[in-house]
Amino acid sequence: MVSFILRRVAGFIPVLFVIVSLSFFIMRLAPGGPFDQDRALPEQVRANIEARYHLDEPLWTQYFRYLGDVTRGDLGPSFRYPDRSVNELLGLGFPVSLLLGSCAMTVALLAGGTAGLLAGVRRNSLVDYLTMSLALGGVSVPNFVLGPILMLVFALGLGWLPVAGWGTWRHLILPSLTLGAFYAAYVARLTRAGMLEVIGQDFIRTARAKGLREAAVVLRHALPSAILPVVTYLGPASAAVLTGSVVIETIFSIPGIGRYFVGGALNRDYTLVLGTVVSYSVLLLTLNLAVDVLYAWLDPRVQIR
Amino acid sequence: MSGRLPHPSEVSPWHDALRRLRRNRLAMAGLALLVLFVTAGFLASWIAPYPYDKTDLRHGAKPPTFQHLLGTDELGRDLLTRTLFGARISFAVGILATLVSLTIGVTYGSLAGYVGGRVDHVMMRIVDILYGLPFMFFVILLMVLLGRNILNLFIALGAVQWLTMARIVRGQILSLRSREFVLSAHAMGASPRRILVRHLLPNALGPIVVYATLTVPAVMLEEAFLSFLGLGVQPPMASWGSLASEGAAAMEVYPWLIIFPGCALTVTLLSLNFLGDGLRDALDPQVTARR
Repeated sequence: MVSFILRRVAGFIPVLFVIVSLSFFIMRLAPGGPFDQDRALPEQVRANIEARYHLDEPLWTQYFRYLGDVTRGDLGPSFRYPDRSVNELLGLGFPVSLLLGSCAMTVALLAGGTAGLLAGVRRNSLVDYLTMSLALGGVSVPNFVLGPILMLVFALGLGWLPVAGWGTWRHLILPSLTLGAFYAAYVARLTRAGMLEVIGQDFIRTARAKGLREAAVVLRHALPSAILPVVTYLGPASAAVLTGSVVIETIFSIPGIGRYFVGGALNRDYTLVLGTVVSYSVLLLTLNLAVDVLYAWLDPRVQIR
Repeated sequence: MSGRLPHPSEVSPWHDALRRLRRNRLAMAGLALLVLFVTAGFLASWIAPYPYDKTDLRHGAKPPTFQHLLGTDELGRDLLTRTLFGARISFAVGILATLVSLTIGVTYGSLAGYVGGRVDHVMMRIVDILYGLPFMFFVILLMVLLGRNILNLFIALGAVQWLTMARIVRGQILSLRSREFVLSAHAMGASPRRILVRHLLPNALGPIVVYATLTVPAVMLEEAFLSFLGLGVQPPMASWGSLASEGAAAMEVYPWLIIFPGCALTVTLLSLNFLGDGLRDALDPQVTARR
């Protein structure tokens, strides 16, 4: 197991290398730079600034310098926030985005899992129809429509929750619900399908035959196999939650790294954008690895090699 | 069952699937709504009550009235008109980007599956690696840097959506490749290209069609997502995403500006999902039986 994890972590290196190189050259080959402003800078000032950020060197030198810095964990200075390094900016934003993302995933797994479980156990009942209709609605309402509407109803209309911003747990509720809704719906559908598939199998009949209570049959015997598709889905889902949080952070004015990413891309803040992409990728790769380990733990048939 | 034996053409898998699809009311309702929306979007220039960029400041930000069935925005542009034109762009992006992803995915997947062996292994390993990349960020980067026009939009979206399609096609081709009819075509001297195009791909069409139907809503959602961030369709043109974005900015005062485009997008996505689910059930009866 340990060697499996170590080998996978070693496998991150080429992937990260591809990501860094790809983003580096996409950013650099596009027209426009961070210091192209409406008002042209005096020639000398511009040359000084470019020398400070090594922008006057050949592209290849810059590329290898950046690779070297990243290997040492230094993401460089931000071009647009002159007094801050990218590490500092991401250090501020990352915990915020991480908290938002984990809350959204918790919403998705708890709400979606419970709904899917109930619907699967009580197939073709009222509960089943209600949750499945709700789930279909859930996968069809885009989060940038759901967010403003929730805001309109619960913050502006009823005044129960703050409209936007960050700080207390009350600020977390609407963004987490908005971000988690789609995945809750999807998880509900997956859990239900998994439940239906498992519940008719022999080992469930055996469990019932030996007189176990229904709750034990469902929770201890059926559920672990039924949620395997959900576990598989966790990898892509966490990637999508990360992406989605860019929009949610914009809607609810949350100071996470999604806003740095969009702002940085618009301002050609090369280092900030690269830094965001690198940290998102590291997070994503780690989550995918965690999912694989979890999968092997839940399904004894899967061999970790 | 009537006493008459069905004509062979009526029991082909496709006829069978079509019959099952027709019996699925939700899927048919979805299809009807989609046809309606696509037609309305396509005919937008003729049926829209106003030009899409005509401003009328005296009638700005009015709730729905008989002159403006869905109300107007702050510049007095008719929301019904803008929603119709938005439909055109949203559907165009959805369909074109799906075609791009279909082309890349089918070519890549069928090559990997048909050639097999080492090549297949390497090609699929590349797909695995690409799966791990945060793709939407690359799309955002591409849109910011290459300029925000609609051509770039659907190329960027299509270029990142082909991975799952490639996997599906490769799996199909791999399992079909060693079947008797392929071997016999081989024995009769058919070229690899002919085997692939005439024998393998038509048999893999079911899953391809289903997944393509499910790609359209995914792409439309991504277009809306980009437009919402201001990185997609640029004003004065509008897609449903950019309309929702303008609506969200003004929703405290003029809630109808987000409600109508939001509903249009939601209903469309819902219909596409119904249709996709229906097609999957119709083309893959085993899945239905297991449910």
